[in-house]
Amino acid sequence: MYQFNYQKAGSADEAASAVTAAEDGRFLAGGMTLIPTLKQRLAQPSDLVDLAGISDLVGIEDGGDSITIKGMTRHVDVANSDLVKSKIPALASLADNIGDPQVRNRGTIGGSLANNDPAADYPAAVLGLNATVITNKREIAAEDYFDGMFTTVLEEGELITAVRFPIPAKAAYMKFPNPASRYALVGVMVAQTGGDTRVAVTGAGQDGVFRASEIESALSANWSADAAKAVKMSDDGLNADIHASAEYRAHLISVMASRAVTAAG
Amino acid sequence: MPTVSMTVNGKSVSAEVEPRTLLVQYLRESLGMTGTHVGCDTSQCGACVVHVNGESLKSCTMLAAQAEGADVTTIEGLADGDVLHPMQEAFRENHGLQCGFCTPGMVMSALDLVQKNPDPSEQEVREWLEGNLCRCTGYHNIVKSILAGAQALRG
Ligand SMILES: Cc1cc2nc3c(=O)[nH]c(=O)nc-3n(C[C@H](O)[C@H](O)[C@H](O)COP(=O)(O)OP(=O)(O)OC[C@H]3O[C@@H](n4cnc5c(N)ncnc54)[C@H](O)[C@@H]3O)c2cc1C
Ligand code: FES
Ligand code: FES
Repeated sequence: MYQFNYQKAGSADEAASAVTAAEDGRFLAGGMTLIPTLKQRLAQPSDLVDLAGISDLVGIEDGGDSITIKGMTRHVDVANSDLVKSKIPALASLADNIGDPQVRNRGTIGGSLANNDPAADYPAAVLGLNATVITNKREIAAEDYFDGMFTTVLEEGELITAVRFPIPAKAAYMKFPNPASRYALVGVMVAQTGGDTRVAVTGAGQDGVFRASEIESALSANWSADAAKAVKMSDDGLNADIHASAEYRAHLISVMASRAVTAAG
Repeated sequence: MPTVSMTVNGKSVSAEVEPRTLLVQYLRESLGMTGTHVGCDTSQCGACVVHVNGESLKSCTMLAAQAEGADVTTIEGLADGDVLHPMQEAFRENHGLQCGFCTPGMVMSALDLVQKNPDPSEQEVREWLEGNLCRCTGYHNIVKSILAGAQALRG
């Protein structure tokens, strides 16, 4: 690891100013992505601003027709939340299957979404459930938030304070985990929400999470596992690596979507 | 250099370290407690698992500075003098280790499981061990050890 300065921020505003004022400042949340990156010398920030002491950034709130999860809420707390389990069980189970218990004890929703790993799970929840990313500057619709692999529309010093998930009529998430890393080889969130049928795919796309419009049309016409499975996805723009070819990922998208429809009921 | 203070296995400790010092380096190098191991540099193996404020985490993926003021328990904090902790004893009895490199992390991870779920099924133990890799045993006896340790702790 290269040298850096470390400080704890007392509030979201203080954290944002500290990151902006630094030569190359970064927020530090759970550190489950940032610290491994630093250890491998893939990044060299001048300053880390730790968000851990900011109590306003932690918690899950019931908004009636939505649930708001604050930015520093850990995966384990989303997985174990009675509110999330009863209103959006798909989201609780998604969080419960991120990485391993020690990663879930530290990693946060804000950190995951800011990082936008193309194989991360939360991006599929945000896009599939049509959530809104709330920052210290604005509210960003799911559709506008993701901007390619490891890239989002967040500006420098922009902090994710919360994410608001509308409660879907039905939803389920199915992932085919990479057997070594547990990241999604392909993960699919299917949902009926706000009168729409949405299908969001993570792990497969070269540009990160995307909506599978072919499966959405099939499911709007006929909400059934068979309808999802019958869709032949194109492998254009899909990842190919040592773990799986693009053709295999394309096939998995329909399979995971159909399993998710079965789980959603 | 900033001073970082915390409680480790019930004792207050304090050391001057660089901000980039990892918790595992603080434990091993500043405090000389080498029971906590480092098995990888990708945060995947779990050899470094300790408890911070009662929960298991990977001490190679946390800065010492992030643990300022925390209550840390390492493998060295478990035995009562010469008497092994029931979970350690279960690993010994059930041949839950071969080279032993992964064992401190396995034991600390297992203890977090049984404090949340005192009577886990074999499947639950296997799923819980997602973040703990072992190159020797094939896991079978580790799972057996944890089930036996859980039973001993239930009394
Ligand atoms: C072994 C292992 C397995 C994993 N498996 C999975 C998996 O299966 N699925 C999955 O989805 N993820 C997985 N992860 C990643 C994990 O979920 C991380 O917790 C997550 O991606 C990053 O969250 P964090 O809180 O740790 O963020 P950090 O690592 O602290 O930060 C990540 C980035 O986000 C920025 N940031 C953090 N918080 C905010 C905020 N509130 N606003 C703006 N920017 C912010 C930071 O500056 C940094 O650039 C795994 C990680 C490990 C180590
Ligand atoms: S040393 Fe491998 S996870 Fe910490
Ligand atoms: S006993 Fe050797 S790595 Fe587990």
